Amino acid sequence: MNHILPLMVGIPLGMAVITLILSKIHNRIADISATATTIATAAMSFYLIGTGESTYWMGGWFPPFGITLVFDGLSSLLLIIVNTVALLSVVFSLSYMEKYTAKPKFYSLFLFMLAGMNGVVLTGDLFNMFVFLEIASIASYALVGFGVEHEELEASFKYLILGTVASTMVLLGVALTYAMTGSVNMADVSAMLKSFPATKTMAFAAGAFIMGFALKSGLVPFHAWLPDAHPSAPAPVSAMLSGVLIKAIGVYAMVRVIFDVLGASPVFLEIMLVLGALSMAVGGFLAIGQWNLKRMFAYSSISQMGYVVVALGLGTHLGFIAGLFHLFNHAAFKSLLFLSAGSIEHATGTRDMKELGGLAQRMPVTSTTTAIGALSISGVPPFNGFFSKLLIILACVAAGRWFLAALAAGVGVVTLLYFLKAMRFSLFGELPKALSNIKEVPFPMAFSVIALAVVCLAVGVIFLVDPAFSDIFLQPAAEVLMDGLKSNASSYIASVLGG
Amino acid sequence: MDIKEITRDKSLGMTIIVKTISRLIVSFILVFGLYIVLYGHITPGGGFAGGVILAISYVLLILAFGGKVAVAKMSGFWASMWDNLGALAFVVIGFLGLIGGYFFLNFINHGTPGKLISAGIIPLCNIAIAVKVGAALYAVFLALSIYGRISTEEDE
Repeated sequence: MNHILPLMVGIPLGMAVITLILSKIHNRIADISATATTIATAAMSFYLIGTGESTYWMGGWFPPFGITLVFDGLSSLLLIIVNTVALLSVVFSLSYMEKYTAKPKFYSLFLFMLAGMNGVVLTGDLFNMFVFLEIASIASYALVGFGVEHEELEASFKYLILGTVASTMVLLGVALTYAMTGSVNMADVSAMLKSFPATKTMAFAAGAFIMGFALKSGLVPFHAWLPDAHPSAPAPVSAMLSGVLIKAIGVYAMVRVIFDVLGASPVFLEIMLVLGALSMAVGGFLAIGQWNLKRMFAYSSISQMGYVVVALGLGTHLGFIAGLFHLFNHAAFKSLLFLSAGSIEHATGTRDMKELGGLAQRMPVTSTTTAIGALSISGVPPFNGFFSKLLIILACVAAGRWFLAALAAGVGVVTLLYFLKAMRFSLFGELPKALSNIKEVPFPMAFSVIALAVVCLAVGVIFLVDPAFSDIFLQPAAEVLMDGLKSNASSYIASVLGG
Repeated sequence: MDIKEITRDKSLGMTIIVKTISRLIVSFILVFGLYIVLYGHITPGGGFAGGVILAISYVLLILAFGGKVAVAKMSGFWASMWDNLGALAFVVIGFLGLIGGYFFLNFINHGTPGKLISAGIIPLCNIAIAVKVGAALYAVFLALSIYGRISTEEDE
């Protein structure tokens, strides 16, 4: 029993409430408690790497009756991503959120979202996954509309409706699964499904799951809410939504259910490939035409999540490594880009590229980090994005998917194209007269973007020097997915039901 | 303004018929809500359902007498505070379980099934949930009734 697992959920959940209570004494206390909470969860997520696989029985109820928390390689990778980005987003918010009136409420919602995401990543129970999914989603609906301006509320409402459709589909999937197997424990369900012949009901449940999670992760053709919701949110929230939320409650949840519950049959993998390829291409081409900086980044998120899903859908070991590596990298550079866009908006008051330009003269730190993020995501060596995209293309070739390899390479060029556009019109060129007085952002905001930029560069350089380094994080996670490919009883089932 | 004066103010809220009926019925709704909460572990209902009924008694006050009476009984500040304290109590119960070795362990003596004092932490969880749900629902309704009016005035 590893007592840190429930704390990953319990601490942010409790602190979300305590933050609001303490903020009634003084507003500043909210800053401190939110920062302390995210530092604690980030520290625990790193501490957990060394502890190996473990399970936790909530309330002492053993599986398959109680809620089980399962910690394995895949959860470990996601926990690190989620909690690190959350910490840096909170540090960024210390200055950025000053202009909003209800800062403690923001922190409270943020911590609820964090608790929900940690819960989704750790849970080994289908219904519990739905509950945490809803906690994270509902908090994010409120956060998207946090500015309560017309545009933000509209985006939030759209997100609310489509997000609820997604949650309903997931709940439908859980209900049908429960009707068929009489259990909601993932390992138990998986063990039963492996011994039953496949039924049409389960196929429908699988369809409901895939649609629900694809909607949550904004894959084409379920992406309509994403380009509205992600840019409308305050910058730290955009960073969380694009950087980790669509991964934790979208791609991770989809992969976990497909690989560890339903069993990764070729049909599901093929569906993932189609969804991924569509997202990759459509998201990329739609991003080119955008003039709103954050909206472009949002479309780019769709495209990049396509890469991840394609790589994971290949069903090969190299594909898993490549997909998970890109998942990690995308969290780093997309949160970096959104936070940098937030810095630009904070300094200039606009995110329209037509009104920007020449920021490199006035905002050296933000410009450098934006450029690093843009180069990383476009796949320019030696930044981290280059290696993960290269691995994805190699994995496609190794799996004999020549078309996907060509598409991935082609969309890589498109990505470079629209990020060059973003850099050309915001960072370089002539500084408009209206922006002649802008200043560099305050320290906490600069700290967060610098930290993420360092991650982007360091991961790339370390991978260049010693490719085996990534094995620490990626290998155990890829093993979990390899395990899901087996048609007989997997070690996931054994570790949950036997432990 | 004193709460008695607000309730007698004819310009606020609905007609005297509604006000009289509401005044009679509110306390019964409140007691029924408490019953649903406290007996949640042995009869149908529980924290959520009971909390909703508790909130309904206040919502009825808002409907019949207008927002001012409800605010005089419980302000937005205290609604939000009770909301937070209820949620906090629930999480704390979860953390107390760690003393016995598990998060959310039912660490109190389970007692005789069917008796009011039984089922360990479940009645405590129900009470915490009821406070949380009741206060939150009341706060939501308060926000809708107060802010809703402001925005319509602006639109006109």
